[in-house]
Amino acid sequence: MSNVPNDLKYAKSHEWVRDEEDGTVFVGITEHAQEMLGDLVFVELPELGATLEAGSECAVVESVKAASDVYSPVSGEVIAINEALADAPETVNQDAFGDGWLFQVKLSAPAELDELLDAEAYTEVMEAEAH
Amino acid sequence: MGNRTILFDIHNQMGARIVPFGGWDMPLHYGSQLEEHHAVRRVAGMFDVCHMTVVDLSGDRVRDFLRHLLANDVARLQQPGKALYSCMLNEQGGVIDDLIVYFMSDSWFRMVVNAGTTEKDVAWLNRQAPEFGVTVTPRRDLAMIAVQGPQARNKALPLLPEALREPAAGLKPFFAATADDWFVGRTGYTGEDGFEVVMPEDQAVAFWQALADAGVQPCGLGARDTLRLEAGMNLYGSDMDENVSPLEAGLNWTIAWEPADRAFIGRTAIEAHRDDPANRQFVGLVLSGRGVLRNHQKLFVADQEVGEITSGGFAPTLEKSIALARLAPEVSGQCEVEIRGKRIPARIVRPPFVRNGKALVEL
Repeated sequence: MSNVPNDLKYAKSHEWVRDEEDGTVFVGITEHAQEMLGDLVFVELPELGATLEAGSECAVVESVKAASDVYSPVSGEVIAINEALADAPETVNQDAFGDGWLFQVKLSAPAELDELLDAEAYTEVMEAEAH
Repeated sequence: MGNRTILFDIHNQMGARIVPFGGWDMPLHYGSQLEEHHAVRRVAGMFDVCHMTVVDLSGDRVRDFLRHLLANDVARLQQPGKALYSCMLNEQGGVIDDLIVYFMSDSWFRMVVNAGTTEKDVAWLNRQAPEFGVTVTPRRDLAMIAVQGPQARNKALPLLPEALREPAAGLKPFFAATADDWFVGRTGYTGEDGFEVVMPEDQAVAFWQALADAGVQPCGLGARDTLRLEAGMNLYGSDMDENVSPLEAGLNWTIAWEPADRAFIGRTAIEAHRDDPANRQFVGLVLSGRGVLRNHQKLFVADQEVGEITSGGFAPTLEKSIALARLAPEVSGQCEVEIRGKRIPARIVRPPFVRNGKALVEL
């Protein structure tokens, strides 16, 4: 079973959220998600300044075999994107919770963070999918 | 749960990720599809192709039967062991399946057909065979492993039964040799040299393990697909099927029009379109912009829709996205591919993209 850090929050759709506690969060896909996708070869990120709504499609990760949507776990404005992924999408495979982050959001509804899963609840989601 | 090949347990032991595929539970990869792809281009890899079906055809008139059944002409097969790639067409000229047929003797030909089409293929064969007194025998007792890559033959040869080693070592491309229930064809689906090895099912696990011990990388269906796409080889069900004429699937070269009086099934239907200027071209694409080409993406020139990708993906050898596509006859040079609402430029090229480890298209 994949690594699930305790200091992150998770969406059922396999994104993680790291609260910077300054009204912004970093978002990526989980180690489990990148494992399921396999070798990533292309990542399409949201535009800088784009307004995201929680639960809506906002990025695409493409593995050798298929394209997969990424859903924003939170609402807000995109204030940074991980431009290094343009040349090195495999970073997501190598370090999904670190250098493989996708984008940073300035939260417009911070209370949404409470709706997200903690590590334990996300582990249950992963386990349920495995059966 | 799907059908399982005899190698299912050893796939799991070797860390395979198993996925459903055409009614079978098959390995997608064993950790990294990209590494498996590169292993085949650079050294050697092996594929479980037990889900495909070996069909033996026997009888005194088996050659006449196949000259009636197939769009390519088995009269070309004069030396025992020689193989031929062909389409099997229906009366309307649609492709029932694409297959390889091996000439073993005047009364025995061997065919290897696709997994997903096996049932309808065998039914079709059984419908056509009685008229020629031909016996159709699907060999479900046999397993098949493809070993592919520049070092594939070297690594596989010492592991073959002794009686088969010398004949297998001397095989020219697209020839096969056989000893008892083992059979080796110098054929494959990756654009690399290699063998397709058929053996009794109860010997397959040991052979697979021996190949792995010799440094042959186990490869899944993922790598098989990127390799065959780079090699510009058609995939049944994506690039062609019963609704597409071989003339529009890049398979003109597999149709033997001469002799003109050979009345193979489907001939009348496709001959009417043989030189039709309205036939769509079957081309290769190399994406110039960023993104990944996928099946069914639409092609445009200016605002005109001019075609569709039939199979596309990322080409690990080229580190570019490539595709096979069906395109209006007048288009040349460039077109645009619609990817998630955006139009990205692509260059039209002639497949194959990669052969024997080398890029054949300008990047």
